[in-house]
Amino acid sequence: MGWMRVISPGFLTTVQDLGRPGWTHLGISPSGAADTVALRLGNLLVGNPQNFPALEMTLLGGTFEFESNTLIALTGSDFEPTLDGMPLPMWQSKRVLRGQVLHCSMTKEGARCYLCVQGGIITEPFLGSFSTHLTTSLGGFKGRKLLAGDRLELRDVDVGDIEPKKINGTMVEYFYKKSSVFRVTAGPQYDLFDDQAIERFSNSIYLVSEDSNRMGLRLSGPPIKRHATRDIVTEGVSLGAVQVPPHGEPIILFVEHQTTGGYPKIANVISADLHLVGQLRPRDEVRFQFVGMDDALSLLSDLNARLVQAGQTA
Amino acid sequence: MLLTELWYPRFQLASDHSLLVTFGAAISRQHHRDVLRLFLLLQQEAIEGLRNLHPAYSSLLISFDPLIIPPQEFEAAVRSLVDRIDSVATPEPQRIQIPVCYDPEFGPDLFDVAAHTKLSPNEVVRLHSSVEYLVYFVGFSPGFPYLGEMPEQLAMPRLPSPRIAVPAGSVAIGGHQTGIYPLASPGGWRIIGRTPLRLFRPDDASPTLLRMGDVVIFQPISRQEFEAFTTT
Repeated sequence: MGWMRVISPGFLTTVQDLGRPGWTHLGISPSGAADTVALRLGNLLVGNPQNFPALEMTLLGGTFEFESNTLIALTGSDFEPTLDGMPLPMWQSKRVLRGQVLHCSMTKEGARCYLCVQGGIITEPFLGSFSTHLTTSLGGFKGRKLLAGDRLELRDVDVGDIEPKKINGTMVEYFYKKSSVFRVTAGPQYDLFDDQAIERFSNSIYLVSEDSNRMGLRLSGPPIKRHATRDIVTEGVSLGAVQVPPHGEPIILFVEHQTTGGYPKIANVISADLHLVGQLRPRDEVRFQFVGMDDALSLLSDLNARLVQAGQTA
Repeated sequence: MLLTELWYPRFQLASDHSLLVTFGAAISRQHHRDVLRLFLLLQQEAIEGLRNLHPAYSSLLISFDPLIIPPQEFEAAVRSLVDRIDSVATPEPQRIQIPVCYDPEFGPDLFDVAAHTKLSPNEVVRLHSSVEYLVYFVGFSPGFPYLGEMPEQLAMPRLPSPRIAVPAGSVAIGGHQTGIYPLASPGGWRIIGRTPLRLFRPDDASPTLLRMGDVVIFQPISRQEFEAFTTT
């Protein structure tokens, strides 16, 4: 049995996998990693199945001591990690030995950094997933963010015969394009907004507000007025839905979203851009660009093909 | 039948990974039955690639993995199920008694509701516990039941700004709706009582007490009975 000790947890560090599908009819949203691409690539680097649980760090990373030998990889945003004081490159696997200390700092850009460990981080599964659902205090490590002094269980690994791997820079750039444009498809209430509102939504720059979290990203910027005044009957909401409350400033519903809601949804972020939503920080710029359903699907196929390719070439 | 009813059922891609099936524009028991039937059919005959079901008053949102099944194909599969919903037998609803203590300490807004509705607090309690409520669906947050229909006289607008913490088990009125908060959470509804029952039981094989289609009856209990409940 291996262990990892939390010396300092960082700002908000939780255990996440690819989420908990199949329970929204009981009001339980899937949760899971905010940036699934980073989690999948990190798991790939340490030889895990793509859905294995890892640590998701937010804005400010933590400090961890390994109490056993293992293989780790850091993916997602660059939190300038060091191992025993030596810089540790992102996007590659690294053998760590018992007693070594990993330290992560402030984000250089982006919001979330993932620490993947070979064998995954072992916690009590809840409804088939290791993901922490913070708003309901369920799943993951005791249903909460990590605190100093926590000890996380790791699987024992013989690190002798594992070849460290690396994701090349061009590949990383493909997954993390430097752009504030988020592509969206029309939402179910697109028709409730007139041309002027749609134009304003598409041509404005919004800023991510401070009170954004894993449930949703609140945006500030030009308010969107609704064409029709009638209320909609509460209905199911999708991951990435962009809803427009009465004040008119849009909200992107994210991994811990409510399962149903009554606000009209003007748009929905395409699946191929959802991991980039997970890297948005407060005050980051967001612009929306409508694309057709076929474009959304071919972009998702491309993304998936690249992930498969990354797995073969790493 | 209204002409607009001919638009339904309506099939709409809500995103590149979800399909919204709407049976009507209003909250009605007929639409509820259709949603429940499609929901049951999808649970029995899961379509490959299906991920999540979000039932609501008159619609069902179904999310799927578009890499496993393309949206057009998924929609076609759902349409063929919708054609068959009339043959789906809905189970006899579970009838669940929910004990509620309407003591002002548990229901801090009971007197405000009484004042607003021009009823006495006792009449509010009597009316609220006089009808059988249908669980239209469970949604929003874990185990939260959307109940209908509350007697019209009890309708009262939500609080101007939500409370930061509403205790678990709080029974409340929000507009024309009534509900129970399964977990401690922020909330803007008017709290009139509290149940000692746990609506959300994460450690249980069936994690919510209530399910879509159940019938709920509120049963007023005294402070002593509430305490007895929580100690056993």
